[in-house]
Amino acid sequence: MPDSLKADSLKSAVRWDTAVGALLIVLLLCSFSFVDNFGNALNVSFLIGNTLPIALIALPMTMLVISGEVDLSVGSTAGLSGAVMGALWNNGMAIETIIPLCLLLGVVCGLVNGLLVTRLGLPSLAVTIGTMAAYRGIAQIVLGSDSVTDFPSQYLDFGAGRFGDTFVPYAALPFVILLAIAVVVLHATRVGRSLFAIGANEEAARFAGVRVKRLKLSMFVTTGLLSALTGVFWALHYASARYDNATGLELSVIAAVLLGGIDFDGGRGTLGGAIAGVFLLGSLQNVMSLLNVSAQSQIVVTGVLLVISVLAPRVGRQIARSRARRRTAAAPPPAPAAG
Amino acid sequence: MSVTARTRRLTAALAVTTALVVGATACGGTTKDDANAADKSAAKSAAGKADPNAATKKGLTVAFLPKQVNNPYFTTSDNGGKKALQELGSTYKEVGTSSGTDTSGQVSYVNTLTQQQVDGIAVSAQDPGALCTALKQAMKNGVSVVTYDSDTKADCRNVFVSQASAEDLGRTQVQQIAKQIGNKGEIAILSAAQTATNQNTWIDYMKDELKKPEYKDIKLVTTAYGDDDAQKSFQQTQGLLQEHPKLKGIISPTTVGIKAAAQYLSGSKYKGKVKLTGLGTPNDMRAYVKNGTVDAFELWDPAKLGALAAHTAVALESGQISGKEGETYKAGDLGEFTIGKDGVVSLGKPTVFDKKNIDQYKF
Repeated sequence: MPDSLKADSLKSAVRWDTAVGALLIVLLLCSFSFVDNFGNALNVSFLIGNTLPIALIALPMTMLVISGEVDLSVGSTAGLSGAVMGALWNNGMAIETIIPLCLLLGVVCGLVNGLLVTRLGLPSLAVTIGTMAAYRGIAQIVLGSDSVTDFPSQYLDFGAGRFGDTFVPYAALPFVILLAIAVVVLHATRVGRSLFAIGANEEAARFAGVRVKRLKLSMFVTTGLLSALTGVFWALHYASARYDNATGLELSVIAAVLLGGIDFDGGRGTLGGAIAGVFLLGSLQNVMSLLNVSAQSQIVVTGVLLVISVLAPRVGRQIARSRARRRTAAAPPPAPAAG
Repeated sequence: MSVTARTRRLTAALAVTTALVVGATACGGTTKDDANAADKSAAKSAAGKADPNAATKKGLTVAFLPKQVNNPYFTTSDNGGKKALQELGSTYKEVGTSSGTDTSGQVSYVNTLTQQQVDGIAVSAQDPGALCTALKQAMKNGVSVVTYDSDTKADCRNVFVSQASAEDLGRTQVQQIAKQIGNKGEIAILSAAQTATNQNTWIDYMKDELKKPEYKDIKLVTTAYGDDDAQKSFQQTQGLLQEHPKLKGIISPTTVGIKAAAQYLSGSKYKGKVKLTGLGTPNDMRAYVKNGTVDAFELWDPAKLGALAAHTAVALESGQISGKEGETYKAGDLGEFTIGKDGVVSLGKPTVFDKKNIDQYKF
């Protein structure tokens, strides 16, 4: 890709991120001033609590999509982790033992996805559609139609409670730490730069000495781990471990990540944009519920937003490209750029 | 390369940590038994005092949160609630998810209603535990909580308005099918979602009833799940009959399931040969009763169930009841009701509909 084009597309991606962030701030300001009951601490804590599962998985998903892969099995991995948590709890195991086991299970799920993609060279879309069904099926075998609700109250309080009368849920604290780690890894380390390089051009990255397969595998494992963590959080937040927990979560995550300006073809995007996208969708849903917008209309609004978010950066890029072409046609040819 | 070494070291560290944590907690930590003991000591919370002669408040807002909006059964019951609230001079509203298994969606709706400061919530719970935190939060904010059709855990609501006792419903459906197939042969159950609280309770009572000696020649071969989806229930019925050619009867304790099963049977060679009973609405089932596909089925009146839920919410909000066992209150033309054990009010015995009486019911 010529340098001028790369600079252009980078600029348009950054612009889209900023736009989503600005949109989020505008939405929040408008809601605070015009929507009854939006601004109180309890509602904001609900908003954050309901959005946290999506935000948690969005962290590794952003990195995966940037590296040109995707994981559709995250909702099922979360469901499976919750189901195993419920089944082990019913068998009288201590919760402090169960949670690490569930996280380990997430690692295994991610490992399976990653090995199938990197060792057999299968497309991640196909692999994870398969494991999405498989993990959900295993969850159903493990827990059946049971719903386990009697987890210890201090854990349930952690999952659903907040600091005093503030708007901050307890669970927001570990999330902020994970977010900080993710931002540093993606935007300030060699691992992050390698992920962008893989997404932009896998072949070139390999020749440049990036261990593509190993890196991708570790991303799948991380995604599995965080999905399992989300499953644990989900079961505690909604006080219910069931095999069908977190059904459809993968779609919410991908919608939010795309809305945040992460290019589905890989190589482009920022974590800030992804998180802005996540909370933009979450806030919008919260506001629409407070305004009594029906569930069906909410789905339509979300869908339209998603289409716009995929279209807009592309259209912007097209315009920039054609403008650049016109400019080069009008001006005398520049000296060849270093490659 | 350094990445390789680092990955190896990380993997080793992870394995060691996990092993340590597992080892350290295997003999200690919080288990189910500990938690139950802790919960029991905290469970007994004092409810407010009730004054049966308090005036009925007007101008309240009561929100209905069914398991699924646009489900004909819940539309009927919620409309019953709407009518009752209008007569009481209060406001009705209905919100809910379009899927019957979207528990997190239901939690969000409870939270939203708490924010909107409604006076009462009448909710049909998709899951006995998932709504607990949200409903407790609502009650703490002064909202009266009534469950109807499908309950939560007892300490997460003020009163449960039960459509008929779960035991009655489970046992009578077995008695119905036994009568229709002459106490002999294979039967199957076509339920809704595998996680539906009320369905599973009824099915447990059905299995218990089948243990009685008079049903020794009846064999329950399987339970299928149609997820309260017409197409899926239709296909499940088809599957049941293919897999079990000797099937004599089907019990479908869900209005969507029984209708889909009747639709399949009436167009197949099994019409009249394989008996079908369960819970259905007269409007849905009228044609199949008249064309001989179905002999008899049963249900309560969902409109009355909704109306009773509305009356109960208003009585709670007016301070006439607090949800304790033994309290009585009037519910318009439905009559007087007494709160039973665990804060449960029962609408009454189910009604059996057959060729003779079905035309008297319009819902």
